[in-house]
Amino acid sequence: MRIGLYPGCSLTGSSREYKESVVVVAKALGIILEEVPDWNCCGATAAHNLNHELALALPTRILALAEQAGFDKLVIPCAACYSRLTITQDELNNNPELKAKIIAHLGMDFKGTMVIQNAIQFIQDDILPILPAKITKPFDYKVACYYGCLLVRPHGILKFDRPEDPQTMDAVISAIGGTPIEWAFKNECCGAAMSIARTDVVGKLSGNIVKDAVDRGAEAIIVACPMCHSNLDMRRPNINKAMGEKFEQPVIYITQAIGLAIGLSPKELGLQRHFVAVNLPEKKVVETIMEEK
Amino acid sequence: MSGHLYKENSLAGLIHHEHKISVAKCYQCGKCSAGCPVNTEMDFPPSMVLRMLQTEDPELEEKLLHAFSIWMCVTCEMCYGRCPMEIDIPKIMDFLRQKSLEQGKVNPKAKRIVKFHKAFLDSVKHTGRVSELGIIADYKMRSFAFTQDVMLAPKMIRRGKLHLIPEMIKDRSMVKKLFKKTINKKENPL
Repeated sequence: MRIGLYPGCSLTGSSREYKESVVVVAKALGIILEEVPDWNCCGATAAHNLNHELALALPTRILALAEQAGFDKLVIPCAACYSRLTITQDELNNNPELKAKIIAHLGMDFKGTMVIQNAIQFIQDDILPILPAKITKPFDYKVACYYGCLLVRPHGILKFDRPEDPQTMDAVISAIGGTPIEWAFKNECCGAAMSIARTDVVGKLSGNIVKDAVDRGAEAIIVACPMCHSNLDMRRPNINKAMGEKFEQPVIYITQAIGLAIGLSPKELGLQRHFVAVNLPEKKVVETIMEEK
Repeated sequence: MSGHLYKENSLAGLIHHEHKISVAKCYQCGKCSAGCPVNTEMDFPPSMVLRMLQTEDPELEEKLLHAFSIWMCVTCEMCYGRCPMEIDIPKIMDFLRQKSLEQGKVNPKAKRIVKFHKAFLDSVKHTGRVSELGIIADYKMRSFAFTQDVMLAPKMIRRGKLHLIPEMIKDRSMVKKLFKKTINKKENPL
């Protein structure tokens, strides 16, 4: 089984710790991820906001390169890239005329048969089955699993989890010894692409999310999307200003949480790159397990 | 309800023809507007956008292409997720944005948002990827928002989160070609 990885632009820059943690966790478990050669940006929100055909052409090049490389499936940790590539493949497969047109623009072969997985699907399929034996430091914290928009919507195309009250990330957290809380903002929008042009809106939307998580006792918020992370972490001053409160709970990628549970160091997982410091208290249960060993 | 007859050149007719989405299916339950995270920022909430499209009235269509709503929409897909008739409202918003841009009808309040999208795509066009430092600088030049976020860049650099030299793909000519083939300069001045 050859597994391709499409990191996308955020994961090489502002969210590089997400890619670092995906790669280092996979490696620790003996899973090889091969990056799509010479990949380009998927166009993200900007392309589909301004031009329909461009928004299809950019992801199609990536999928064509992945097909060419002979991957059995393509893992896309960024929720926005995952959404764009999945929607593109679906739309072109359902519209042969448009598909032919985009292929002509591209001048490359494109079948439209790639199996595309987000980070959680990859974890479910390839990591969870071999994880229990590897856990050395259970991630024993009360956390809010935050899914946001693009991992679970539109359900008709993504066919992943439930669009309301999703559960898959909660199950992963339980599997590594954590306690996922019940809360109300699991699938609400953080403001995403408005991060720079309308920072005020992001402060309010992301503020509601952080406040509900904290009010219900979460020690951290777990995410699987670089935009969710930037908005909840890097935009924390805007959040605190919008809500009139000071929140100190960190925002952690699901792969970083898994990495901690299998004993990888915070540095390897890129935790030092966060704006909101990750100072999770050492838990007693962790110490007893260590003593027993 | 694909049997519904639309005027050939109304926005609803074009949406039906190009995207196989029938706005006539909407029965105004309002769930889209209720769940929209940015409804308070909008001049017309999603359900009203749908209603205006249904009328196929040129005057209301003109209002829609000039609306702030279509640019404020964050395409979070909540409306689509909750629509009992499964109308792809985000795709309708994409369609309206593209038309608004092509016809030079972008709402003045939305200029900054459009400038950000353009700065983003410019970076992709020239390097194949997004250089976050590049788009922030480009956006500031375009929008004159020089003071916003000035403290953020050094903090990001300290954390290794900004590339000082943009990453470039090898086959940049291919990406440029895709821009050329898909964007008609005259119609869509990106």
